[in-house]
Amino acid sequence: MTNGSKILLYAVLIFFVFIFSFPFYYVFVLASQEGTNMYTYPPHIFFNSYYLTNIIKLFEDIPFGINFLNSAGIATLATFGTAFFCTMSGFALAKYEFKGKKIIYTFMLSTIAIPTFLNIIPFFKMMIAFNWYGTWLPLIIPGLANAFGIFLMAQFLKEAVPFDLLSAARIDGLSEFGILMKVVFPLAQAGLAILMIVTFVGSWNNLLGPLIFLPQLLKTTIPVALTLLFNNLEGDRGGLMAGNTLAILPLMLVVLTFSKKIIAGLTAGSLKG
Amino acid sequence: MKTINQNAALLKKYGNRKSTFKSHMLAPYIFISPFIISFLVFGLYPLGYSITMSFWKWTTNGPQDFIGFKNYTRLLTTDPFFIRTLWTSFILMITGSGLQHVFAIPLAIFLNDHKIKGKDVFQLTYFLPYITSTVSIVLIFAQLYDENYGWLNYILENWLHLKPIHWLTSPVGIKSSIAIMLNWRFIGWNTLIYVAGLQSIDRSLYEAAEIDGANKFQQAMKITLPLLKPIIFFTLTLSIIGGFQVFDEPFVLLGGFTKLGGPQNAGLTTAFYLMATGFEFGRLGKGSAIAWLMFLVIIVLNIIHKKIGHNEKN
Repeated sequence: MTNGSKILLYAVLIFFVFIFSFPFYYVFVLASQEGTNMYTYPPHIFFNSYYLTNIIKLFEDIPFGINFLNSAGIATLATFGTAFFCTMSGFALAKYEFKGKKIIYTFMLSTIAIPTFLNIIPFFKMMIAFNWYGTWLPLIIPGLANAFGIFLMAQFLKEAVPFDLLSAARIDGLSEFGILMKVVFPLAQAGLAILMIVTFVGSWNNLLGPLIFLPQLLKTTIPVALTLLFNNLEGDRGGLMAGNTLAILPLMLVVLTFSKKIIAGLTAGSLKG
Repeated sequence: MKTINQNAALLKKYGNRKSTFKSHMLAPYIFISPFIISFLVFGLYPLGYSITMSFWKWTTNGPQDFIGFKNYTRLLTTDPFFIRTLWTSFILMITGSGLQHVFAIPLAIFLNDHKIKGKDVFQLTYFLPYITSTVSIVLIFAQLYDENYGWLNYILENWLHLKPIHWLTSPVGIKSSIAIMLNWRFIGWNTLIYVAGLQSIDRSLYEAAEIDGANKFQQAMKITLPLLKPIIFFTLTLSIIGGFQVFDEPFVLLGGFTKLGGPQNAGLTTAFYLMATGFEFGRLGKGSAIAWLMFLVIIVLNIIHKKIGHNEKN
């Protein structure tokens, strides 16, 4: 490679680093401005000292603490529940031969191909009939044994759990459920990490679900609360911008901690699927 | 104490070898049953329900009249919005979801160069937009799009000496601002998928090409792209499915259900119209018909995509 093309290559790559990271920098810049002085010409580019003021404003604007707990609660329950059920079902597909396995695989492929919006209206009616409207349940239960997660875990467990170990466990008298809990789960950790992070991120960022099932400000999650605030806001935008930083930060921390594992696992997973 | 209990449990199991064998046959069915149940309840049943609803005049009060295909024919002929929403979704699919790949493929080829330093840092930054919520992205970009005080128009006017764009009030501006957010969020993600795909390409192919005197560009066109084709096909399929279901971005950016996608409904995608029809106007039957028409369009687009991909191969 010539020096010129090398410089060009790095220039392009770094240009996109700038494009992708600037909005993250900018949200903190905005959150630190005086709420009534958000619009200036030229626009803001440096930090100011109003971040704490804006955080206080946020808690005056919306019940952000409750929204945060709702988001965290739903995401946590969904994450652990999904981890359990997808590993269990994935284990069945990866390590047992049984009648109907092929049909189940076909079902799984078809659920991945069905767009969310195709079912959304009858799903809403069903949730009302179940008396689940206004609760966390529609945002947790239907996704617990989801096809993507089961696929991911089945792929992973095929290689991670040797058949010899299963036979040995059976000879030692472990029940099949005991094997799942004591042999499979400990061996599934690397796959589980990916599944759990994907589930957590998806749940934390979900707008559509809570928008339909938890539309009230006091019961809803961060994305819906911020959307409501954004649509009804006049004047002081400080609280909104501060809220956005608090919506982004937890995920940033999770992802920066596990970044390498997630990127490798996710991209490989989506190519296999 | 614990060990005694465990031993007792083991003995109990040994004593019941027959039942253990039975549970071995039964276990996979029990393990897979949560999926079967949720597939039947949350997957299959609503599908049938939604087909049924689409043939009825069905409001929030329940079914009113059986009207056959009227929901469908009205949407395709007299409905003031539906055809335009298809067009909006189609444009966003091309400029939002399709255009990503024009950026992502070269970026992946660059990143895959084994002499690149700091690959991890590049990958991480490219990954971050993908895990950020649409709401957070819209709240930031709305500020950038501000027509008088936003960075984008500031740059256009003062640095590039161009006319400012009405990002949030003109039809072209609105579609562009949605497309930009989609590109911003997904270019990096697609880049990473392509990088993962490129890693399986044998390096010796490039070494051989280099010996034959092929430059980097020729290598990319003759080796990389043909080998990437199956992955490009896969990611484009996802882009068609996802691109046609854009809802969050226009919903949050353009003031929710009440504004219906802003001036001239420029941001009213088919998914957005479906949601408004079902949940804001309470027309559940009509909404279901929109859902099925949308599904049909996605299927047709994927068939066309498959045909084109197939012809390319031959």
